[in-house]
Amino acid sequence: MIYQGKQKIWADYQKEIPDDHWFYVRSCIRQNFFPASEVTMLKIFREMLGKDMYETPHHTTCGGIAYHNECIPQETQMAIIARQFALMTEAGYENYTCSCITSFGLYCETIETWHEMPEVLERTRENLWKACRREFNIPKYLAHTSDLVFKFRKEIGALAKYRLVNKDTGEPLRVVEHIGCHYAKMFPSKGVGGAEYPYVLVGMAEEWGGNVIDYPERRHCCGFGFRQYLVRANRGYSVSNTHKKFESMEPFHPDFIVTNCPGCPYFLDRWQYVIAEQTGKTYGGNGQGIPVLTYEEMAGLVLGLDPWDIGMQVHQIAVEPLLDKIGIEYDESKKYEGTGGKPLPEPEFPAAIRCC
Amino acid sequence: MAKDNVVVIGGGPCGIEVSRNLRDMGYTPILLEQQSELGGHLRQWDRLFPEGVDARKVLKELTSDLRGVKWFTDATIDSIKKSRKGYTVNVDSGMTFESKAVILTTGFKLFPAEKKEEYGYNIYERVITNADLEEYFRTRKDSRIQDPKTIGFVHCVGSRDEKACNRQCSKVCCATAVKQASEIKELFPEATVYCFYMDLRMFGRSYEDMYLNAQKKYGVRFIRGRVSEVSEDIDGKLFVKAEDTLLGKPMKMKMDLLVLMTGIIPGESTAQYSEMLGIERGEDGFFAPKDTILEPCRTKDAGLFIAGTCTGPKTLPETLSEARATAIQVHNFLSK
Repeated sequence: MIYQGKQKIWADYQKEIPDDHWFYVRSCIRQNFFPASEVTMLKIFREMLGKDMYETPHHTTCGGIAYHNECIPQETQMAIIARQFALMTEAGYENYTCSCITSFGLYCETIETWHEMPEVLERTRENLWKACRREFNIPKYLAHTSDLVFKFRKEIGALAKYRLVNKDTGEPLRVVEHIGCHYAKMFPSKGVGGAEYPYVLVGMAEEWGGNVIDYPERRHCCGFGFRQYLVRANRGYSVSNTHKKFESMEPFHPDFIVTNCPGCPYFLDRWQYVIAEQTGKTYGGNGQGIPVLTYEEMAGLVLGLDPWDIGMQVHQIAVEPLLDKIGIEYDESKKYEGTGGKPLPEPEFPAAIRCC
Repeated sequence: MAKDNVVVIGGGPCGIEVSRNLRDMGYTPILLEQQSELGGHLRQWDRLFPEGVDARKVLKELTSDLRGVKWFTDATIDSIKKSRKGYTVNVDSGMTFESKAVILTTGFKLFPAEKKEEYGYNIYERVITNADLEEYFRTRKDSRIQDPKTIGFVHCVGSRDEKACNRQCSKVCCATAVKQASEIKELFPEATVYCFYMDLRMFGRSYEDMYLNAQKKYGVRFIRGRVSEVSEDIDGKLFVKAEDTLLGKPMKMKMDLLVLMTGIIPGESTAQYSEMLGIERGEDGFFAPKDTILEPCRTKDAGLFIAGTCTGPKTLPETLSEARATAIQVHNFLSK
């Protein structure tokens, strides 16, 4: 692989990302699957980097899941997005950032549609006014929150307590980066690094000491694929997609996977257990799986935040081997201790894959 | 008595041939080439389809007798000014030429393969272009080509591709791919060679025979379908995904070498001359002639002519024929 070739492509796909003052919207899925990731993101930006991240309890779903499953028409979905933008406008912001890749793709698609077809924009304005008497401006800047972490990767690196390095060997950790399909595959120019060789997660991992693996099925879907999973009869496709990726990355012996999409960490994490049940095969060492992190978790770990505060205990695949490799300190007895010391229910541990 | 000067801009096969023909008619052609040698893309080629004629011999023949042609290399045009008497052509070296007629034979450039990012040119070591392979055939030197066992050719790279902003067919790539696939099979008889095509445009005389020969004699396997993406496996081999549209099945295979058949796109100077001289261009970016059927070498400006691949993809014989036709058109214009 010719690294300079990638660098040239990365240079071609730069994206303007403002420094501060963001209207922040959460992800429906992530709040359920990995709720601490968004909290970690806000903590890093507000408390550690001193940035203005505004959020409102009035925002809703972007309509993405329903739209991509053809449960709602595009007109409805655009009205939902218009309402989100109206909230941003009312709050006095013009930089919009979202935690969800599905949302990000949909915002890009909607803004592009409005740009290409101004009559659709006018109809959306009318629909929103009729529905809730709101008006909106289109954001001046739109970014996914991984874009923001990417932008401030050096600042985060400067504050880091740990590096993505094996403490025993001194070697960089081998990192698989997995980008959500809707991040740049639809609009390559909207993603940092483009669609074919996205740089957004590579930039973070490399800045913090890791080495990124380029494996053959790198571009393949994680397995979520909306209807691959949401239609129960299709779930075999979902698992087989994920299986294909793990078979492809296996020879490279990754230390962990990092993702920037709501569905990807969930499916790459949970399906490892299902694959182990179905085939008896595990992809990490010692009968364990390969840990799968969100980018906020990766940032939180290098910054030295308590692994249990950033939600590492809600992963199917045990993260302790990764923490040990890096040398991150943690208290095993507090793994299932919730906010205020309240005990969390402990999961059952499967036999097919070692999860502790 | 010597007739008029005629300035010819572009010293590829078309510019050379039009100059030779004008010289034979008694004119003094002034041939200006911005590169350091005459010959254009032909200098990089090894053999020519369909019979496999040696490109060097063709170029040598073309340039063997340039007596009476005033030719200059490393000559970049600074400006061309039109006056009542004709044109004043200023070259960056300080030379100035007056001429009643100017012929642009500025040629083409190959589509930059790295723009099709999914194919990984300049990212993956064993992805090369048709031009790289031709260079290898000429020199037998390329560290990327080490006894390949499985070789793929991807047709239409940057041609007939809306995403690449090139809708046009490049005309010569199908025949070049079949030629190169056969040639590489000659060099590496044990290799399995695949051609991934949309449709095979074997329009010229003997092209169909070349295609049949590739199948029967060399066993080249033709797969109708485009390659969707390329990546690299842990052993450095290429991992190629494609679709066989005749079988209706996706396929993926490991390859030792992948050759991208980059197409013909307008040369960088086309836009500059268009602006400098007010020559119209088509949607595809090539010069638009005054009349595509009756006057393909003329522009709206009577003394300004265009010939060769600056007006669209052409084979070498077509280019040379057009050069000769243009010389006659210029003569007719100057004789009035």
